Amino acid sequence: MRAFEYASPKQKQQAVGLLGQQWGDAEVLAGGSDLLALMKDDIVHPKRLVNVKELPELRGITFNASRGLRIGSLMTLSEISEDAQVKEHHPMLAHAAGEAASPQIRNVATIGGNMCQRPRCWWFRNGFGLLATAPDGKSLVLQGDNRYHAILGNDGPAYFVSPSSLAPALIAYNARIRLFGPKGPREIPLEKFFVIPKSENEREHDLRPNEIVTDVIVPAPPSGVKASHYEVRQKAAFDWPYATASVVLDMNGDTVRSARVVMSHVAPIPWVSNEAAQALAGKTISEQTADAAGAAAVANAKSLGRNKYKIKLAHVAVKRAVLQAAKGGQA
Amino acid sequence: MSDQDSPKDSGISRRKFLKISAITTSAPLVLGPTVLEVEGQEVHVFGPGKVPIALNVNGKRLTANLEPRFTLLDALREKFEVTGPKRVCDRGTCGACTVLLDNKLVYACSVLAIEAQGKQIVTTDGLAPQGQLHPVSAAFVDNDAQQCGFCTPGFVMATKAFVDKHPNATPDEIARGLGGNFCRCGTYAGIKGAVAQLSGQQQKGGA
Repeated sequence: MRAFEYASPKQKQQAVGLLGQQWGDAEVLAGGSDLLALMKDDIVHPKRLVNVKELPELRGITFNASRGLRIGSLMTLSEISEDAQVKEHHPMLAHAAGEAASPQIRNVATIGGNMCQRPRCWWFRNGFGLLATAPDGKSLVLQGDNRYHAILGNDGPAYFVSPSSLAPALIAYNARIRLFGPKGPREIPLEKFFVIPKSENEREHDLRPNEIVTDVIVPAPPSGVKASHYEVRQKAAFDWPYATASVVLDMNGDTVRSARVVMSHVAPIPWVSNEAAQALAGKTISEQTADAAGAAAVANAKSLGRNKYKIKLAHVAVKRAVLQAAKGGQA
Repeated sequence: MSDQDSPKDSGISRRKFLKISAITTSAPLVLGPTVLEVEGQEVHVFGPGKVPIALNVNGKRLTANLEPRFTLLDALREKFEVTGPKRVCDRGTCGACTVLLDNKLVYACSVLAIEAQGKQIVTTDGLAPQGQLHPVSAAFVDNDAQQCGFCTPGFVMATKAFVDKHPNATPDEIARGLGGNFCRCGTYAGIKGAVAQLSGQQQKGGA
């Protein structure tokens, strides 16, 4: 790891002031579980780390009926998965947080850091850049072993997959993210926080080099909502999934009034499937309608050569999440 | 192995040799923090050179001059000779460096020493008084829950944290609860047996 200077500001204005104008100057240290590994591998090499863990306003989980849930960006995945309010109002989120990574990681990894987690793409993690472009301008992903790469939103030049399994659950609940920068706070739909970079100079988040994540706001779901998060994985514990689906069904009796279907690990961003949502609207849930939603979710998917199997896995993830939700799921 | 057990002829243990080679590559200067004025307030900026670091490890206050880039794991092993936590993957994946930080299970390789200041750090070295076995360690011995033993200190810490929180765990819960540690020898059956024994003991004891 390269040497850096370290500061622990006590106010968020100071934290922002200590961050740089451009990427590479400084990085935000929260849980550090992703950042320190990236620094050891020399993928990022900031001159300064700004530890935000001494900013008390970034802590806390509160719920009220009108605003919904407010989760401070420093809250760890353990704290979120065990919080009584999260379990009561947003059980799918508690479930997704409890399934991520390992006990040791969940004890330090924060929700803010999870939103800002960098892709696990093996070219990126081995120093070939976010877009993994060869000197001749061709994509290493398209030429190489792309078994874990994107099946949706993969028109290039980015082919990595979004690594967060919390983000799709949050987006399915229509969460918003609050950021703080030199010009003050801004709040955007979490869905819009994730962007597909078009050049090597861009990042995969709508976060400026001198902004920090302060909170995530999750609206209270209407009563009668059923939700479920399903992950297809190689291993039962401590693994990034092949494909996940988070489904929120707003029910009118046995009929779906409207649905939100969000997949992850299938595209460079958490992938909101309006096609799957439309396939479910007005339907009662059965094996057939759930399967049709899965098929609709991957109707536009395409293989890069070695990841065709992920199309089937994403289809099945959506189908099983829908069936699980209809049975009561995690909600 | 303690230093007394080391071969005497070279006059230097392997551990001391590693320490010397680490020292020769690091910067000699120790500096206090730089004070920056940010948004009208003073902020202390530490490093990139060595800065004084104080850690509370197994109830003892330990101090050293370290660069901010030193992880807790490297500080423990290379500076303080607390060698229970092992350095294997150094990427928060294998669990061999597992310690308790303010009673929370963490990977010592994925925490900076500078941010572990002011917290209580517990490693296997401090679980039981010298010469005695902690009940978790004893359960590992009883169940032959190790082969090469390199992952064992991490597993013992993970088991201690898990059993403290889940005194009556089911086999499924045990497998999930220890999901952050790997044993490349594959002694999982023994480890699960050790945890089951501990759960059984605590049930019998009415804890």
